[in-house]
Amino acid sequence: MKNKNLKAFLYLLPAILFLGVFMVYPLIDVLVYSFEEGYNSASQSFFGVGAYNYSYVLHDTYFLQALKNTFIIVIITVPVSTLLALLISLGLSSIKPLRNLFQTVYFLPYVTNTLAVGLVFMILFKKTAYTDGLVNLVIKAFGAGPIDFIDGPYWAKMFVMCFYTVWVVLPFKILILTSALASVKDDYYKAAKIDGTPKFRVFTKITLPMISPMIFYLVITGFIGAFKAYSDEVAIFGTDLNAAGMNTVVGYIYDMLYGDSGGYPSYASAAAIILFLIVFTVTVINLMISKRKTVY
Amino acid sequence: MKITLEHLTKKFRSKNKKDPNDVIAVNDFSYEIPEGKLIGLLGPSGCGKSTVLNLICGLEKPTSGRILFDGVDVSDVEPEHRGIGLVFQNYALYPHLNVYQNIIFPLQNLRGKDKLPKDVMDKKVMDAARLVQIEKYLERRPAELSGGQQQRVAIARALVKMPKALLLDEPLSNLDARLRLQTREELRRIQRETGITTIFVTHDQEEAMSISDYILVMNSGRLDQYGKPQDIYDDPKNLFVAKFLGTPPINVFEGSIKNKKLVIGEEETLDFDAPDRDVWAGIRPEAMIPDDAGAFGCELERIEVMGRDTSVVCRHPLCQAPTVRAIIAAEQAVGVKPPVARFTLKPSKVLVFDKNTEERIRPGAEAEDEK
Repeated sequence: MKNKNLKAFLYLLPAILFLGVFMVYPLIDVLVYSFEEGYNSASQSFFGVGAYNYSYVLHDTYFLQALKNTFIIVIITVPVSTLLALLISLGLSSIKPLRNLFQTVYFLPYVTNTLAVGLVFMILFKKTAYTDGLVNLVIKAFGAGPIDFIDGPYWAKMFVMCFYTVWVVLPFKILILTSALASVKDDYYKAAKIDGTPKFRVFTKITLPMISPMIFYLVITGFIGAFKAYSDEVAIFGTDLNAAGMNTVVGYIYDMLYGDSGGYPSYASAAAIILFLIVFTVTVINLMISKRKTVY
Repeated sequence: MKITLEHLTKKFRSKNKKDPNDVIAVNDFSYEIPEGKLIGLLGPSGCGKSTVLNLICGLEKPTSGRILFDGVDVSDVEPEHRGIGLVFQNYALYPHLNVYQNIIFPLQNLRGKDKLPKDVMDKKVMDAARLVQIEKYLERRPAELSGGQQQRVAIARALVKMPKALLLDEPLSNLDARLRLQTREELRRIQRETGITTIFVTHDQEEAMSISDYILVMNSGRLDQYGKPQDIYDDPKNLFVAKFLGTPPINVFEGSIKNKKLVIGEEETLDFDAPDRDVWAGIRPEAMIPDDAGAFGCELERIEVMGRDTSVVCRHPLCQAPTVRAIIAAEQAVGVKPPVARFTLKPSKVLVFDKNTEERIRPGAEAEDEK
C-alpha cells in the first residue's frame, strides 16, 4: 500500500512541482508584497510592513471606479449571457434542419480573436468626424439622436462593454448547454408526454433540473471570468482605461505594474489580493447554493 | 379496456440513407387484446415488440392500420389523451424528485376541470404506493432505491391516474435473477388487484410463460402465434415458435417422413401419419425417456444434475445444435450408459415441421396435398 502511494506521488511530482513553482509560490509572494510598503522589485527593498497598501488602493478613485465597473459587468453579463445561451440552446435542440450550420455560426465568436472582435465593435459603435457609425445610423432611422458609444456618456460605454462581453462569452455557454440538453434521456420526455405534461412544466420540472449542474458550472465560471475581465475593455476603449473611466480591477492591477503610472508592485499586489478575496467569496457562495439546489 | 389492433403496420426510414427500402418494424399485426388480462408480448430482440407498445400508447403513429380502444379508433389520438400508463425499461424516474413527487407528477399535470384537490391527489398517491408496497420510501430519491424498488415506483407512477391499460416495456430485464422472479409474481398480483388490461414486452420466454394469461409471439414484425402459454408450448405453429419457447430449448434434427414413420438418420423413431417428405423433427427435452430398447440413440456425452433436474447431454450428427439435451427423472439416470444412450420418444412431445416452410406438420390431419 505504501509502495503504491509512493508511486502515485511520483507520477504527480511533475505537476506538483510545476504548480508549486508557478502557482503557489507566486500567490504567497503576492500576499507578502501586498503587506510590504514601497516594495521595489529592482532593488528588492521596502521600507515598512503594514496594511498601508490596502488603505491606499481602497482610497484610490481609479480603483473604486474599476471595482464599480467590474461589478456592473459581472452582474449584468453573467445572468444575461447564461439566459440567452439557454434560450438559443433550446432553440438549437428543437430544430432539426440546419442545426449543424447554426451551431457553427453560434460557435464562431469563440474561435475568433477577441481583439479583432473588439475592433469590429469599435467600428460599429464609434462616432468619428466623418461618420456616426453603423449603429448610430440605425438609431437615427428610429428618430433618435446619435450617441457616442466609445467616447460618450458612461452608460453608453457600459452598454457597449456589456453587449460585447455577452457576445464573446455566449458561444462557449451555448456549446455546453446544447450538449447538456442532448444528454437528457429521451425517455424522460416520453414519460412526460404520456402523462400529458404541459410544455412549460416539462421545461421547469424536467429539463431545467436535469441540466442545472451545467448551468451552475457556467454561472460559476462566468462570474470568475467576468471578474477577471480586462482584454475586452482594451479591445474597445484602448489601453488608457482610466481616462476612459472603463477600467476593471485586473486592468488597474496591470496599470499599477506596467502602465504609464506603473512601478508599484505593492499596490498591484494589494489590489490582486482584494480581487482574489472577492472572487473567492462569490465562488464559495455559488458552490453552496449549487450544492443545495442540485441534489442528484 | 379491450384493445383492438387492426392490420397495424409501421415502417421506418432506413438509417442507411442509400438504402431506399423502409425498415418494416411491425407488419400487418392484428389482434384483439381482451379486457382485464395480462398479455405477454414475446419475441427476440429487434422483432418489433417495443414498436407495437409505442403504437398502442401513441408515441409512434402507425403507417397503416388502426388501433381501437373499446371499439373507438384512437389511431390519431395524442398519447396524453389515450389514458394509458407506460413503464419504461429503465423506469425513467425523475432523479431530482423523490418517490412521492415522482408518483404525484402525472396528477399535477391535470389542468382545468380535471384538476384534483390536494388531498385527493395525496390519497391517490398513497393508494398507488400501497399497491406496489413502496409506501415506506416516499421520501427517498430514485438513486437511493434498489432496482426492484425503482421498478415499483415506476409502476405506481403509471397506475396513479388509473389508466385504462398498463404497458410495460421489458419490465424485468434490468433486475437480477432473484429479483426478477419476485417482481414477476408482484406484477401478476398488481394486475389481479387492479384488473387493468396489462401488456408487457419481453424477450424472455420463461417470464412470459410464467405470468401471462395470453402470449403473443412476434417474429420480425409479424404476429406468429397467440394463445395461452401452455397451448403455444404444446402446439406451436412453426419451427420458430417451437424453438423460442421452452428451456432448455427443443432439440431439432434433420429428418424425414418415410412410410408413415419419422426417420432420423437410419432410425425409425416414431409412427407419424403424414406423406413422405423431408422435415425438421423437434423433440422436447422432456420427450426423451431412457430405454435400452428405445428407437432413438445418441452418443452420450455426460449427465448433469442441476437441483431437481437431471439432464442427459448427448451428441447427434443431425442435430441443429451442437448438443442434444434430455430432461429425465433422477432415478432413470442409472440406465443411461455410454457410449450410446437410447431413448423412447413421447409422441405428443415430438413436433414435426416442413423442411422448407418450417410450418408445423400435424399427424393425420393433412391429406396428400403436396407431392
